[in-house]
Amino acid sequence: MKINCALIGSGNIGTDLMYKLKRSDILNPLWMVGIDPESDGLIRAQKDGMKTTSDGVDGLLPFIKEDGIKIAFDATSAYVHGENNRKLAELGVKVIDLTPAAIGPFCVPSVNMEQLLKDDVQNVNMVTCGGQATIPMVAAISSVQEVEYAEIIATAASKSAGPGTRANIDEFTETTKLGIEKIGGAKKGKAIIILNPAEPPLMMRDTVHCQTTETPDQDAIIKSVNDMVKEVQKFVPGYTLKNGPVFDGNKISIWLEVEGLGDYLPKYAGNLDIITAAATNIAEQMAHSIKAGV
Amino acid sequence: MDLRGKKITIHDMSLRDGMHSVRHQFTLDQMTAMSTAMDQAGVPMIEVTHGDGLGGSSLNYGYGLHTNEEWLDAVVPNMKQAKISALLLPGIGIVKDLERAVEHGISTVRVATHCTEADCSAQHIKAAVEMKLDTVGFLMMAHMVDEKKLVEEARKMVSYGATTIYATDSAGYLLPDMVGSRIAALKAEFGDEIELGFHGHNNLSMGVANSLSAIEAGATRIDASLAGFGAGSGNTATEVLVAVCNRMGIETGIDLDKIVDAAEDIALPIMGKPTRISRDSLTLGYAGVYSSFLLFARRAEAKYGIDARTLLVELGRRGMIGGQEDMIDDCAMEMAKAKGLI
Repeated sequence: MKINCALIGSGNIGTDLMYKLKRSDILNPLWMVGIDPESDGLIRAQKDGMKTTSDGVDGLLPFIKEDGIKIAFDATSAYVHGENNRKLAELGVKVIDLTPAAIGPFCVPSVNMEQLLKDDVQNVNMVTCGGQATIPMVAAISSVQEVEYAEIIATAASKSAGPGTRANIDEFTETTKLGIEKIGGAKKGKAIIILNPAEPPLMMRDTVHCQTTETPDQDAIIKSVNDMVKEVQKFVPGYTLKNGPVFDGNKISIWLEVEGLGDYLPKYAGNLDIITAAATNIAEQMAHSIKAGV
Repeated sequence: MDLRGKKITIHDMSLRDGMHSVRHQFTLDQMTAMSTAMDQAGVPMIEVTHGDGLGGSSLNYGYGLHTNEEWLDAVVPNMKQAKISALLLPGIGIVKDLERAVEHGISTVRVATHCTEADCSAQHIKAAVEMKLDTVGFLMMAHMVDEKKLVEEARKMVSYGATTIYATDSAGYLLPDMVGSRIAALKAEFGDEIELGFHGHNNLSMGVANSLSAIEAGATRIDASLAGFGAGSGNTATEVLVAVCNRMGIETGIDLDKIVDAAEDIALPIMGKPTRISRDSLTLGYAGVYSSFLLFARRAEAKYGIDARTLLVELGRRGMIGGQEDMIDDCAMEMAKAKGLI
């Protein structure tokens, strides 16, 4: 028996997530919720036999109980997530937040998933696409030695950034910064996002700079970084270390590329995959816990 | 070209774009000296920010010697008439940074996006309007789109509340007719409701010529900087622009002798070596590459043995835009690996 899920937000992230969930052997994406009946995501969901509503989360609420929805994914925007979450929590639904609202604890699966499952939280926040791509690297270094400062630059193709992302640019940088600090383990963080309109669109790129307090233990850091790349590759196969780690005094720099699976947008949009695959990952583990609890 | 009787506002960039020339290392005394001299010469607007704007101080773009607030405090209290602006690139700076800059005395903000990404500026422009700032939408790398697209993006910024729109030639690539057609298209769209501006780089020695073309087409705010202090081959030189405007009967309100002295006696000694059109900075203009990449490419050349000019051309070919300084080392390493250098 699969666990029934609802997808809220039929934009780029929600639609990519839909395809990932359809492949899951434990999650069943039953509902797709949007606000625009003409949106590509809703039309695709309908064609694929999912139940849909274009009345936002309120259109879904009456069906939560009868359809046995246990997990919902919110890929709307930081501005409406709080209200969506409140309504879903009242009905006992676990919520995976893919907006930068960050109400619940951050989840970067390769770093802190086990702890979150142990704590049995109702809401987890997936930080941001840039956070999912870079925080594992910061964590890999801070697991070796203290990181005084970490800075990341996330570059995504313009075509892969929908209106929600664009309206939430400040939330993106602030949430990513907090994630770098809280989950990455850097004492201080900074995040920069760039949208590049080149045609054909460029693959998602992420650069990570870390400044360690003491002289870097190069061998240990190289090993830790390579191990972490392999961890992330388990759910995002196109996650690759392009250059680095480059050591310059106490500064360590890493250049990453994230190629997606091309489920919804083409493969350049690795920024979708890195967050939707992470969300699928934690949701599957939650589903196992729910099943074990029943 | 008959521009007699036109009135323009020169917006000086020495203390912001000029930051790129000195890797954001202006001292407070230097800021005070340059701004005071400009204020006395009658420069009406002066931008004071890290070269990459609010929030720009970083490992990626270079740390500023001071915070934006410290720099603003070295300038704002001494101004008799000049108004002070800040630059904000969404994705780098945030609204909170803007609020702090307002507390430290700015009255204008220029919200800058790549020329196709105006919808990333909604949050910041709306916040600026709420703070009652003179709010400018600054469309960078304007050579990368045609007039129609530029107007479309400008319309978005205007819809958020911007009252001035800039066509920004970040790469110093545009030629006078290309500037004229862009400003004319904006003018045709917005008429007198929206003020128009032009920001040039002198990479192909077109700074003054492009500014005149912009004025002819209806721009009334023109960016310039003392002795051309700025990224790449620098901006249009303020003192040269004022001299040309005087000859052509364009009113700037700036005293020519005073501004020439400020450039020669104050700015030049601070610059160390004069900004000039070098092999590499010419390449920026020729290939259409973001002017701030210049010094980064030179450092990558020293580090990885890849010729800066070749590297800049490759970055242009790959479609790198403003803010992507992190890709310069990446690209250099890739080229060096291919050549067996590393």
